[in-house]
Amino acid sequence: MDRKYQLVQGLLFGILFGFLLQKGGATRYDVIIGQLLLDDFTVVKIMLSAVLTGMIGVHCMKRLGWVKLNPKSGSWSQNVLGGLVFGAGFALLGYCPGTIAGAIGNGFLDALAGGLTGILLGSGIFAALYPRLKDGILKWGYYGDVTLPRLLKVGDWTVIVPLSVLLGLMLLLLERAGI
Amino acid sequence: MDWLTAWPWSPYAAGMGIGVLSWLTLYISGHPIGCSTSFARTAGMIEKLFRGRKVETKPFYREIPPVVDWQWMLVAGMVFGAFLSAQLSGDFRWQWIPTRWEAAFGDDRLTRIGVSVAGGILLGFGSRWAGGCTSGHGISGTMQLALSSWVSACCFFIGGIVTALLIFGSAA
Repeated sequence: MDRKYQLVQGLLFGILFGFLLQKGGATRYDVIIGQLLLDDFTVVKIMLSAVLTGMIGVHCMKRLGWVKLNPKSGSWSQNVLGGLVFGAGFALLGYCPGTIAGAIGNGFLDALAGGLTGILLGSGIFAALYPRLKDGILKWGYYGDVTLPRLLKVGDWTVIVPLSVLLGLMLLLLERAGI
Repeated sequence: MDWLTAWPWSPYAAGMGIGVLSWLTLYISGHPIGCSTSFARTAGMIEKLFRGRKVETKPFYREIPPVVDWQWMLVAGMVFGAFLSAQLSGDFRWQWIPTRWEAAFGDDRLTRIGVSVAGGILLGFGSRWAGGCTSGHGISGTMQLALSSWVSACCFFIGGIVTALLIFGSAA
């Protein structure tokens, strides 16, 4: 596809994504840190309803042959260690790489002056260390782009149906608990 | 058109909107929503300003070229989209110190900026290490049922909750 056309599409989808995150309250430090301190479940509610809606839709489209899914490959060392380092940064900063873009648009200067600088530095440091990491620690416990249905050797919908019920129940319980 | 100025929306409405958006990005552009790789590309672009084109031959940037792509434009659009929503909602203002931070740690700007830089470094490093962030793994990857994304998303929150409880516990 024409590159310019792709870039315009990205921009338009980004405007919608930023709009929705701001409307949901997820561009604020207070809401994100409230989630990590477990006294405000807005972020989890947004994420779970996005995953629930998205999961059903993209798998219907996959079934119809309209789209090709592209699950990320990974390894235990990548996803567990990287995930925990990410989590520590998430709590210190109070934004993630997506919500920080929204926070900047919302006027939060700690996001712009501090967070953005840090993310760029952290990414650059990783790029510098990458040759030493990529065939070493990042490969430990490698499992590739396996999906849950492939891991369990069942069809997609055998996972999607019970998982949807589970995510729905989690949302219901959060609502019941009033958090 | 009250919904355009209403704030906040129900988190379910915002979440379902993001879910539908993820159908559209995949169907129309062929890309799942993601954000963190764009910061790595930007880091490469900045490095290129100082060190020139040889940056492009680094192993990392050979895999993730330092160029503007679909996702980079997505992240740029997010700044504008959030600005637009904040303006419409009457919620836009310049603010250095978030309210909950100030209540726990005071209003010193340098402290907040220093911790933000430190947090950002871990976030940038960690997202490249894990191969994605709260969007790419947490939303797009989990909905595609990728094992790597479910493991990552759980670890993002485990690391985040433990760290948040530790730093806010130390302030109490």
